Amino acid sequence: MAGWVSTLIQGVLLGGLYALFAMGQSLIFGVLRLTNTAQGDFIILGSFAVLSLAARLGVPALAAPWLALVILLPLAFAAGYGLQRLVLNRVLGRDPLPSLVVTFGLGIVIQNLLQEIYSADPRFIESGGLNDASLALGGGLAVGTLPLLIFGVAVAIAAALHGLFTHTAIGRAFRAVSDDREVAELMGLDHRHVYALATGLAFLLVAVAGGLHGMKTTVAPSDGPALLLYGFEAVIIGGMGSFLGTLLGGIILGVTQVIGFRFDPGWGVWLGHMVFLAMLLLRPAGLFPKTR
Amino acid sequence: MSLLETRRLDGFYGDFQVLFGVEVTAEPGEIIALIGANGAGKSTLLKTVCGLLGARRDGVVFDGAPIGGLPPGEIVRRGIALVPEGRRLFPSLTAEENLLMGAFARRRGPFTLDAVYRLFPALAERRRAPAGMLSGGQQQMVAIGRALMTNPRLLLCDELSLGLAPVVVKQIYDALPEICAGGLTVVIVEQDISAAQRVSGRLYCLQEGRVTLTGPSQRVTRAQISQAYFGV
Repeated sequence: MAGWVSTLIQGVLLGGLYALFAMGQSLIFGVLRLTNTAQGDFIILGSFAVLSLAARLGVPALAAPWLALVILLPLAFAAGYGLQRLVLNRVLGRDPLPSLVVTFGLGIVIQNLLQEIYSADPRFIESGGLNDASLALGGGLAVGTLPLLIFGVAVAIAAALHGLFTHTAIGRAFRAVSDDREVAELMGLDHRHVYALATGLAFLLVAVAGGLHGMKTTVAPSDGPALLLYGFEAVIIGGMGSFLGTLLGGIILGVTQVIGFRFDPGWGVWLGHMVFLAMLLLRPAGLFPKTR
Repeated sequence: MSLLETRRLDGFYGDFQVLFGVEVTAEPGEIIALIGANGAGKSTLLKTVCGLLGARRDGVVFDGAPIGGLPPGEIVRRGIALVPEGRRLFPSLTAEENLLMGAFARRRGPFTLDAVYRLFPALAERRRAPAGMLSGGQQQMVAIGRALMTNPRLLLCDELSLGLAPVVVKQIYDALPEICAGGLTVVIVEQDISAAQRVSGRLYCLQEGRVTLTGPSQRVTRAQISQAYFGV
């Protein structure tokens, strides 16, 4: 019994990481209706950026990645804003294909760039033993400190995004531009700026996801597409445009995968895909869809 | 000087010309009506004035300044607001949030959230309802309120009566004098000729993209309107 409880907890915590991968995707799709095929690659780029910066900061390994992350956040926002304003705004339109192709190309560029700079070997962000630490929960159960932390961050981010969208002026602007871009312009909103703010915000999330992911597991330049897939599945299961839905979608995916792993190591990811396909067949809009 | 003046205005949807040399003026504080059959170009004219469709820079002159072809955001900041045909509220937002969207234009004036609720008391109880759950009349009130929240000097109303019961249309047009009390200039596009004549001081009739009649609303005869409307 304790075995199954432990499995469930691991699944939930893993789900937090998947939800983190998916948050940026959910945000961008909710506001811009754009599918960023390079989402996973940007996360890996974030991991490598934190890795390199942390190694050069000259502070103890326990603090280095966190400091690196804090330094990188404004850069990530600027990169997202710039990318949207200068590149992606030009390919957004009724046809979803141009943006898919452009982001796909970006993904390839990022993968190859990372491979050039870092070689194809998996790398790891030193976190001063954080990834080995665990917390005893009683009853013989223990959870990894880092997975728990990641889950906490995912919940906090989902709640923060939900609050931003429902209670702030910029949240109203995001929702209005997503509903009816033309009428939003009539209200004085510049959709190019609002879109760019959304992407900038999404890149903040990407940087956080990248940093945390790299502390938990080894990362390699070609890892991006797998992260895109998990994030995408989490968003579809949970429902596009709903951040709490994305969190739940991630958790469902994580639990499913871990249960699959328990039966057979080859079944983990596969079972997750099956649940994803079942959701597409039974309820394509996801559990809590907000975006039409 | 007129507040709004269109000069030999041509309007296009892509390559398709819809307006031919349209000349319309609105003096400060006036309520003018645009009437005409479907496809005559009434909505196109409003969309051109508020920047949703392009035009020659000096084709539309507002308060002496040429504004043709400027982006809609720039035009709303100068003081022109549109109540779009079919309301076009934001479905993801509540009634109140829709009204608050008008505040993004950041213009000062008498129209605050409270002022809009005083104007349309029925909205105050439904302020937290999602826009899609409101009745047609309430949606129209929100659409008008949203435009008023930008504190415009010129309000363009596209087919306020569309899809609404006559008693509701009357309710909405009855609010117009109060809306204009502060000197607001209004251009209404209307299919309902009686309502247009009753509410406006002057009217223009459009037919196939051209002005075919203009005159004081109370003095223009039905016969003249028929002729100008249908071109027979």
